Amino acid sequence: MARAAQTSARPSDLVGALKSGALAAIVAFGLFSLLIGIRTDQGPTGALELEPRLMALGAFLAVAFVGGFLRGWLAGERLDFASYLPDELKAAATQVGRFFGLALLAFAIVEPIIFYDNRYVLDLGILVLTYVMLGWGLNIVVGLAGLLDLGYVAFYAVGAYSYALLAQNFGWPFWICLPIAGFLAAGWGVILGFPVLRLRGDYLAIVTLAFGEIIRLVLLNWQSFTGGPNGISGIPRPSFFGIPFTDDEKGFAATFGLEFTPTHRIVFLYYVILALALLTNWVTLRLRRLPVGRAWEALREDEIACRSLGINTTTTKLTAFAMGAMFGGIAGSFFATRQGFISPESFTFSESALVLAIVVLGGMGSQLGVAVAAFAMLAAFELFREFAQYRMLVFGIAMVLIMIWRPRGLVATRTPSVALGKPKEVPAEIVAEARQ
Amino acid sequence: MSAPSDPILTVEHLSMRFGGLVAVDDVSFSAARGQITALIGPNGAGKTTVFNCITGFYHPSVGMIRLDHADGTTYLLERLLDFRIAKLARVARTFQNIRLFPGMTVLENLLIAQHNPLMKASGFTVLGLLGLAVYRNAENAAIDKAKYWLDRVGLLRRADDPAGDLPYGEQRRVEIARAMCTDPVLLCLDEPAAGLNLRESAELNELLLGMRAEHKTSILLIEHDMSVVMGISDRVVVLDYGVKIFDGTPTDVRNDPKVIAAYLGVEDEEVEQAEAEVGL
Repeated sequence: MARAAQTSARPSDLVGALKSGALAAIVAFGLFSLLIGIRTDQGPTGALELEPRLMALGAFLAVAFVGGFLRGWLAGERLDFASYLPDELKAAATQVGRFFGLALLAFAIVEPIIFYDNRYVLDLGILVLTYVMLGWGLNIVVGLAGLLDLGYVAFYAVGAYSYALLAQNFGWPFWICLPIAGFLAAGWGVILGFPVLRLRGDYLAIVTLAFGEIIRLVLLNWQSFTGGPNGISGIPRPSFFGIPFTDDEKGFAATFGLEFTPTHRIVFLYYVILALALLTNWVTLRLRRLPVGRAWEALREDEIACRSLGINTTTTKLTAFAMGAMFGGIAGSFFATRQGFISPESFTFSESALVLAIVVLGGMGSQLGVAVAAFAMLAAFELFREFAQYRMLVFGIAMVLIMIWRPRGLVATRTPSVALGKPKEVPAEIVAEARQ
Repeated sequence: MSAPSDPILTVEHLSMRFGGLVAVDDVSFSAARGQITALIGPNGAGKTTVFNCITGFYHPSVGMIRLDHADGTTYLLERLLDFRIAKLARVARTFQNIRLFPGMTVLENLLIAQHNPLMKASGFTVLGLLGLAVYRNAENAAIDKAKYWLDRVGLLRRADDPAGDLPYGEQRRVEIARAMCTDPVLLCLDEPAAGLNLRESAELNELLLGMRAEHKTSILLIEHDMSVVMGISDRVVVLDYGVKIFDGTPTDVRNDPKVIAAYLGVEDEEVEQAEAEVGL
């Protein structure tokens, strides 16, 4: 605190900050003078009229000035809010953090009971959990193995179409199709993995991006098999282990002596995706403590050292791709059964980008961080639904701020997989990132 | 000096070319089982290239590299692909510019070195995922082995610290401990004493001698620190401009005129004499 007061007292800083603000305002003027400052309109005679909008332009310039001023003012100040907090508060925060994951889990379990009458919240919960699962799945590839994958949505699509086609063409039930879809997606993960074995970082990202697009374009154009742009509709809804959620004597409500309501199915779907997400989490946590998981992390840290220790980097990479893809595929078939309708439109690049943003924002490799990030991201999307125009703007600003404040994500430290004594968190600065 | 009677490593007519550059030119030498062989030479002599050929990071242009295990199994290293040299032939190495896994703890680093036996014990992940005792026991044994080696290099107290946080000298020792966790028959150390102070390099000498005596590990090392080379090696091979110029005992190497010339240059009159010979 003392340091902040000291620096702000220096007049040179004020001048610098004013300069920085003025510069930002000038740049903003250059950018916006014609875009915002003048509006073209049709006059009464039909001629084009120019209507100056000085107020709007002024507002933009003021915002730019303040932004630039603050940047100059805080330059050199680390935006480390934590250092201003008293130690007792920090200790308390650590205590809370320890139980935060459990509290979140408890909330996830009781959520359908609390919001039983609120269909909107239940649907949102299902959506969030789907993205939590996708985030956890991608976390294996990006966070643990350090392979930057921009085409993760491809496996989501493979899972969704696998279930839709198997269920429609052969009438197989959901619970049999689910593991099959997972295996098929894992197979595609290996197929993607082979050509990119030698690639790293940006090059890997480009190829995976292309892979995602290829899968989407095949789905779009293979009309006879996938239904093309019309997609597949009438995908069978899941049953309660054989008992359908219908309004007749064979249905779920009648079997258990309840009054029929469509909410039963929603709540069931909610618990299915919760269970699937928790399975993903459990498997990932388990794998991290097994040789294969440690090899993934070692691969992220130093591939050459891995080879010198006799680790087969080829199979290690392929298992990471396959494992991540499998969970993506399972989430995909859940998506298909929930929606009842799928089309290539649901599997665009923006989905990959969203899942990757969740992983990066959450902190690569951190399970809790990814869950919180998925929640924050989708909840924010919903909050700004009414202001659809500004949604992406706010989203962009939020991402920039978070990357300044916490460049390594919400949970930036790495928990060791094994320790002799009390495990110590590894600070983010020395943990390798996916980009190398 | 004649070839050792029981060589663990035999390098024959090894050449490595990068385009027009001949980094290693027809080098042959062998390393005796259970002994310490030093590979020395001025900078750019091709020592690390020889290492990279032995450990599979380069494919030699010409030549044969044979590794004989004590049980009679023979491996032709130039034919094995990278990770198989460490896995099957059990040749471990360290790197000139240390290559630890900096974001993982020292203990984790040492467990990754035991990847292959642990992978087998975890039933290629299946048994481990189910949490069977087979894997838990194997992991405990692996931790014990890691603890043993950490104790040997005097870093047991740093086991839970991130490897990237350790000072330079300790990172070097962790890298050696990590290599030893793979149970190597041949350990290749690329400048293990680089950046160490006098006391640390004396400790290193002791450690390497101990490893040779107790674990029957054969060691091949590249080193510039003559106190290490002269103090512990049983045999010295000298390279200069990719060519072997000397192969013998540490006492002989000091007095070899070619080696002295390679390191220190030659007297002025010798240069004149040589120039006169070629007619300059």
